[in-house]
Amino acid sequence: MTAAGAPGPAGAGRIVVVGASLAGLRAAEALRDEGFTGELSLIGDEPHEPYDRPPLSKAVLSGRLTTDRITLPRVRNIDARWLLGTAATGLDIPGRQVVLADGRRVDFDRLLIATGTRARPWPAAAGGGLAGVHTLRGRDDADRLRAALATGPRRVLVIGGGFTGGEVASGCRELGLEVTVVQRGAAPLASALGGVLGRAAADWHRAAGVDLRLNTTVRALDGDAHGRLRRARLSDGTVVDAEVAVVATGAPANTEWLTGSGLAADHRGVACDSSCRALGTDGATVEGVFVAGDIARWPHPLFPGQLLRLDHWDNAVAQARTAAHNMAHARLDHRVHQPLPAFWSNQFGVNLKSVGLPHLADQVAVTQGALDERRFVAAYGLRGRLVAAVAVDSPRVLDGYAALIEARAPFPPVLNAPDGPAQLQPVDAEFTRPTGYAPDGAHDHDTRTPAAAVSTPMAHP
Amino acid sequence: MTTTLPDTATDLFAHALRYENRADPYPYYTRMLRQPVTCMDDGTWLVSGHREISQLLHDPRISADRLNPDAPKPAARSLLVLDPPRHDQLRRLVTQEFIPRIMGMRDHLDTLVARLLDAHRSDRPGQWDVVADLAYPLPVTVICELLGVPREDEAVFGSLARRLTRGLDPIDTQTEDELRELQQAREELVQYLEGLIARRRAAPGDDLLSGLMFGTDPAGGMGPVDLRVTLGLLLIAGHETTVNLIANGTLALLRHPDALARLRTDPDLATPLVEEVLRYDPPVQMSGRSTLADIDIAGTTIPRGARVRLMLAAGNRDPRRFPDPDRFVPDRPDNTHLGFGGGLHYCIGATLARAEAQIALTALARRLESPRLLADPPPYRENAILRGPEQLPVSFERLGPGERTA
Repeated sequence: MTAAGAPGPAGAGRIVVVGASLAGLRAAEALRDEGFTGELSLIGDEPHEPYDRPPLSKAVLSGRLTTDRITLPRVRNIDARWLLGTAATGLDIPGRQVVLADGRRVDFDRLLIATGTRARPWPAAAGGGLAGVHTLRGRDDADRLRAALATGPRRVLVIGGGFTGGEVASGCRELGLEVTVVQRGAAPLASALGGVLGRAAADWHRAAGVDLRLNTTVRALDGDAHGRLRRARLSDGTVVDAEVAVVATGAPANTEWLTGSGLAADHRGVACDSSCRALGTDGATVEGVFVAGDIARWPHPLFPGQLLRLDHWDNAVAQARTAAHNMAHARLDHRVHQPLPAFWSNQFGVNLKSVGLPHLADQVAVTQGALDERRFVAAYGLRGRLVAAVAVDSPRVLDGYAALIEARAPFPPVLNAPDGPAQLQPVDAEFTRPTGYAPDGAHDHDTRTPAAAVSTPMAHP
Repeated sequence: MTTTLPDTATDLFAHALRYENRADPYPYYTRMLRQPVTCMDDGTWLVSGHREISQLLHDPRISADRLNPDAPKPAARSLLVLDPPRHDQLRRLVTQEFIPRIMGMRDHLDTLVARLLDAHRSDRPGQWDVVADLAYPLPVTVICELLGVPREDEAVFGSLARRLTRGLDPIDTQTEDELRELQQAREELVQYLEGLIARRRAAPGDDLLSGLMFGTDPAGGMGPVDLRVTLGLLLIAGHETTVNLIANGTLALLRHPDALARLRTDPDLATPLVEEVLRYDPPVQMSGRSTLADIDIAGTTIPRGARVRLMLAAGNRDPRRFPDPDRFVPDRPDNTHLGFGGGLHYCIGATLARAEAQIALTALARRLESPRLLADPPPYRENAILRGPEQLPVSFERLGPGERTA
């Protein structure tokens, strides 16, 4: 190993964190907590200080919060050099340098990759360039969308019936706007939670007055002579007039800057081991390079045989802490990142919380409450083992299920819950494993493997 | 000292409940922690580990039914011992009425605390009883105001609550006389509450009782029995827990003068300090549950249908969860104590109790000069579960005027 490539003693040297959002900031704070006293730099492509994303599709959209109020609280002083508003465009691992868009090069001994994901844009050829077509990932997106909604569009088209789509549709209905949701699958949330819960979600969409188009895709968005969105042509031959469209069709990882770096990185994320150490294309760990947050794909001991990618708020925080600990300690003292995945979403007056990995399941059973009461808990099983639980408006019971999942309890679980059915009735969880969402004929970049990528953007615990 | 401690769970539990150990049951809890989950001779399971208690508090296979053969018939049970869905319906009705009424209450609490201290203002050395003069009247006034109990009834109401609290203790620790007295108190309470309910029905106010009675929840209001039972629960919970939190907190401060000195100059310390009191010396020492299915835990299996005792105060001293658990650390980080329970039955009044204790302890620290405990340990009340001092006599050089902060 060359001198340049040798990481210094764990507490000193130069650490660069690329990505100045939740994972990057929390990792930087944790590095100081862990006793790292060397030079610390944070690189972020947005000009803003780190801010909280979950409110963007909830309170910000409905106007209860403005984007100047969502700056992340600082847990401690991190004494860092901030390079904001400058994207990283390249990584030179042998030379130990990050290359910035303005040509600067930043030296590091150890590196944390936390550049996250972005909203998948609508293809320009299918109307993506029209005024009125939005995505929602950053605070600038939220400000633009909020301004567009404030003009009182006659209808908002939401493309994609996942968590972001549902939250946006819910927020628009709160504002009194007409909403059409176009969903490729047979139900909203179906790719994350399956068809059984998806049908319950469809009910609460419709009860809120959403025009829900299932098993349908958008062929193209059409504009007027001024380049403004006017209508969408759908796969069933119908046309929806809309002045605002929100594209919520998933989130590819921001890995372009790693092209050619030798890391195992693609649109799904950057592969790493359970200690958050980045893997090279040869599958070996790369010395001194770590990964955390939405961009990381890593093996979870509870769910073997695959790499997980979680777009979850609490995973970003936990993984940032683990990565920071491991960056500040020698290999022997490394920790394994293995929290139980968890997230939440609020939409249409319903609070939904999930633990474990529902999308892995082959069966689902309602264990408490009832689907049509909008208050229930559903347990998910895979080959006789409990792998997840989803609670709707019953958030306080979920920790108990989490303990059962971690203990690899059997499915269906024996609970005898007093508000549960006399006999649990497991049914097919109805996962259709879609291959992603794209306008017809656009064979794009989305080859997301559903079994490994849990994509619930903007939905957090 | 440890050589005199018994070894079996049954004996440890019995000793922890004995009145002679009321001032310091903690050595028994510490010994219990050697076996975080264990079965006692009477078939009741004793759970002392923090992790294990936490898990059971959240476990869907756990029922709040204590399986107490002496319990009132199901129709007259409070939400404390009920399971979903009935628990959830009742709890929702209570939270809807309770939470909005306690929001923005801090200024009012400041005033109440100042008034109680002003009554004993003195520029000369003197003494007073922290329990009788502050820790007890503060929460009583607050809960009576909330519920809409007329001020002139506070004394009646308060003495009933005190007499009833003893009924929460394990039945075999109570004497015949106590049980008879308890029954008498229960009947008096029913009578009082039914009278109060009738008066409110005739002349509703903007209090919580009127809210519960005429609430407009789509799921429906509370029936007369639920109303009386819930009212009784709020009354006892409001009277008999916060008093101990404030008294235990004062005791801890007087035993740790460095913490007292810090609180005097740094009001921000009140927040973590009250959390540490809830961990170190919690007002509610234990809780009960039963099992709905076999539960594998800590290398053993609690069978379906078993009674379970969750030793919250022991879990709070679990060295596997808290470094240096027997030390009072006023700014302890990462303090996930079990002082308010957890899961479905997490204390509804937690926010109010915290605010009352933070304000009361801060005012004490600021206004009492050179306070000193006159009896250490102080005399304790009989109650083992809702445990706290009977009196807390304190001497001082001066009880100064309060600079009003708000």
